[in-house]
Amino acid sequence: MPRYTLSVNQISHQVDVDADTPLLWVLRDELGLVGTKFGCGVAMCGACTVHVNGSAMRSCQLPVSAVGENAITTIEGLSENGEHPVQKAWLEHDVAQCGYCQSGQIMSAAALLAQNPNPDDKAIEASMSGNICRCATYYRIKAAIKSASIDVVNV
Amino acid sequence: MKTPHSTQTLPTSLGRRRFLQATAATGGGLMINFSWLGAALAARSDADSLPDKLFSLNAYIHIASSGTITAMVPNPEFGQNLMTSMPMILAEELDADWQSVVAEQAPYDPALYERQFSGGSQSIRRAWSGLRMAGAAARHMLMQAAAGSWNVPMASLTTHQGIVKHAASGKQATYGELASLAATLPVPENVAVKSVDDFSLIGSAKKNLVGREIVTGKPLFGMDTQVDGMLIAMIVHAPAFGQTLVSADTDAIKAMPGIRDAFVFDALEPDYTKNYFDVTAFPTMVAIVGDSTWQVMKAKKALNAKWKTFDGYEETIDRFGSPAVIKVPGGLENTSDHKQAMADVLSGKREGLRELRRDGDPEAAFANAARVVESTYYAPYLAHNTMEPMNFFADATGEVVNVSGPLQGPIFIRQTLAERLNISPDNINIDMKRMGGGFGRRAYSHYLVEAAVISKKVNKPVKLIYTREDDMTMGIYRPTYSVKLRAALNEQNELTAYQVSGVGVPEHCVHEHRFPAGAIDNYLAEGAEIDSNITVGAFRAPRSNFMAMAEQAFLDEVAEAMGQDPIDLRLSLLKRAQQNPVGSNNDYDAARYAGVLQQVRETSGWDNLPATSKKGVAAYYCHNSYAAHVVTLDAEDQRNPKIDNVFSVLDCGIVVNTEGAVNMVEGAVIDGIGNAMYGEMTFTDGKPDKQNFDRYRMIRMNEIPKNISVSFVQSDTEPTGLGEPPFPPIFPALANALYQGTGKRLYEQPFAPQIAKG
Repeated sequence: MPRYTLSVNQISHQVDVDADTPLLWVLRDELGLVGTKFGCGVAMCGACTVHVNGSAMRSCQLPVSAVGENAITTIEGLSENGEHPVQKAWLEHDVAQCGYCQSGQIMSAAALLAQNPNPDDKAIEASMSGNICRCATYYRIKAAIKSASIDVVNV
Repeated sequence: MKTPHSTQTLPTSLGRRRFLQATAATGGGLMINFSWLGAALAARSDADSLPDKLFSLNAYIHIASSGTITAMVPNPEFGQNLMTSMPMILAEELDADWQSVVAEQAPYDPALYERQFSGGSQSIRRAWSGLRMAGAAARHMLMQAAAGSWNVPMASLTTHQGIVKHAASGKQATYGELASLAATLPVPENVAVKSVDDFSLIGSAKKNLVGREIVTGKPLFGMDTQVDGMLIAMIVHAPAFGQTLVSADTDAIKAMPGIRDAFVFDALEPDYTKNYFDVTAFPTMVAIVGDSTWQVMKAKKALNAKWKTFDGYEETIDRFGSPAVIKVPGGLENTSDHKQAMADVLSGKREGLRELRRDGDPEAAFANAARVVESTYYAPYLAHNTMEPMNFFADATGEVVNVSGPLQGPIFIRQTLAERLNISPDNINIDMKRMGGGFGRRAYSHYLVEAAVISKKVNKPVKLIYTREDDMTMGIYRPTYSVKLRAALNEQNELTAYQVSGVGVPEHCVHEHRFPAGAIDNYLAEGAEIDSNITVGAFRAPRSNFMAMAEQAFLDEVAEAMGQDPIDLRLSLLKRAQQNPVGSNNDYDAARYAGVLQQVRETSGWDNLPATSKKGVAAYYCHNSYAAHVVTLDAEDQRNPKIDNVFSVLDCGIVVNTEGAVNMVEGAVIDGIGNAMYGEMTFTDGKPDKQNFDRYRMIRMNEIPKNISVSFVQSDTEPTGLGEPPFPPIFPALANALYQGTGKRLYEQPFAPQIAKG
């Protein structure tokens, strides 16, 4: 089994896994970072969203052999104690119902705001429509992104 | 309207049995079906094993010396936010400082807790009295502890924000300081609960107590379970309903890297009598067990298995004590066959319709009608598609079997597992994990049994994981339905008769005693079932989730035929039902029903909306609550109308947590719009045509309404359901608005393909 060195949340990890193993399962099974969720396995739901060099990517479709030296950030590494503006906005708007998709939603939203600190409705919808929320908390997700964008702009 | 309340006194001496099944009425008329006293005593026997500074006042409330109050939440959490609302009820009666309250999911323990089931929108309703008593009793014991210590009468003490005070002496003590003494005192025989008028926490907006864990990705879910030495297990089931396993080449699988075992197993044994929630279309499956999820997934794809079509059979289901014989036909079914069979039943070509209710002489009224309005509505199967696929952890390696994971009803499955493993239910511990969605699906926890059977076979702890495809093709769908509705209008343009005929596979969705029964002199309800081997189960507001659509869209047609405003028509029918009801079994309160319509008329500005705003209204009663919605659209582009506003009004009695409640209604509105527009499962030769989200369309952020505004009817009635009631009526409110916007009546779901056609 090949060995890979991964940079996850600014920590270097060595893992021995098959080359085609999706990053999702490396994070969850090998590194115990279970905040990144399994939803569909075909990049259609966004529950497994992580940041690769700051951009949102679906980790269920990213083979470990393709990660290389790119920096991976998961929900566990987004902030020390949940103080990222997006996480704070999620609490302020009391977004979650079941909560299962919210790691992926937050990672998508954080990547959007990093790129576009002041997105309009269209930009929010374009970036977030890859993330399914079965409890359908989209209305609050949208509101939370808008207030997080104000915080991001004001930082 | 507020009515004066006196403080209620609830007896705790209802019985010393740990289970109290009887109901008792107090002087205040409060019905109690809950034995917190039994729970309190049972919990206290364990007090010694608790950490020395955590004191158990009863099974629901533990108080630490530091003052932290742990509220034990008996019912499983799937996003309805019981982890906040149940602690709020406890803390209200306890007079606790909300900042000091933490929530903990209680273990499944029928000796301590009653009705540990989340479903039917009943958790708060059924736990209401018990939680209040548990909070009030703990407060009483804390006051008693203070009274004893200070040698003052209890009546001279007050409590506020977690502190007991004696005004005359100026003495005070925190609950944390009093907890150790209070926990040794006898449980009071009677406790007084607050007057509704004195509530301060209940009715306020509180943030989710688990919010921080959720947004930081903590391992809250069954899927996140990791235990040393644990293996990953997956199942392979027949690809089509109506098929069963012939053989599987498990030897080839066992040779694959990382695979520990592969074998055929029976989740339920062939001679087992299923109970109501033991639904599974695929009792015989292949299990693959290995070291890592990815290795097992690859092995699963490589499995070579042969399947065959089975012959039809009958099975007996134990429906809560009464046996029911179910016919499971052989053969591979198609959606087109289901549609044809339902159409044939409704046209009379095929037998099956049974009369469910009759008032007056509907045949004569239809024969004498000046006009008859008639329409037939159709709904497809729906898959629940919880975001967290089915999964469960099981350790069946020892005498005591430990299982942990997401499930709505541990009360339904422990006996099933005990019989399957041939052990005592007392030797099974069920740990309830936060569910990544439920919607009814996880009331059927066959996957728990599967995990335990696999664990026992491999003699290792295992986590069973379904892939999305396993989950979506496993069955337990919302049934497919069709409903024919007829209305007779006389020369005076009055509604003289109403007929509802419902059919479904394998159940119909007619609630014969619900509105508009009771409002029309001549009424006929009938229903028919068509057997199937495709399994179904409860799906958010079962049956109501389509009956509301058919009935409320049809009433829109009737209102149009009569030239009446759709709210006016409904209100006039409800007035009749209130003042001079037809029949005696009517299953709704016409005044509360009218109340939500009147309120939504105001909140939406219904009577003064501009002509460009295309509007639709609907209301429905289910799960003991009333809901009404108004939808407004911008339909300038008729093939792509945009939902501007949804105005929702709920009457669910007292609202415990307004924040969580509004969130729940917003979610139900969007969920309903999504299922109405896009939701559909179809079958070709028994095989589900959609296996993942690439083909099964779910609503996404770009498809939601611009604004959703939720309000509640001010009420001092005890809480009723909220998770389900707002869901059914959004389908017809949307359909009725889309008709105004596009001129197209929507008789079938999903709507989106019909709208896109123009």
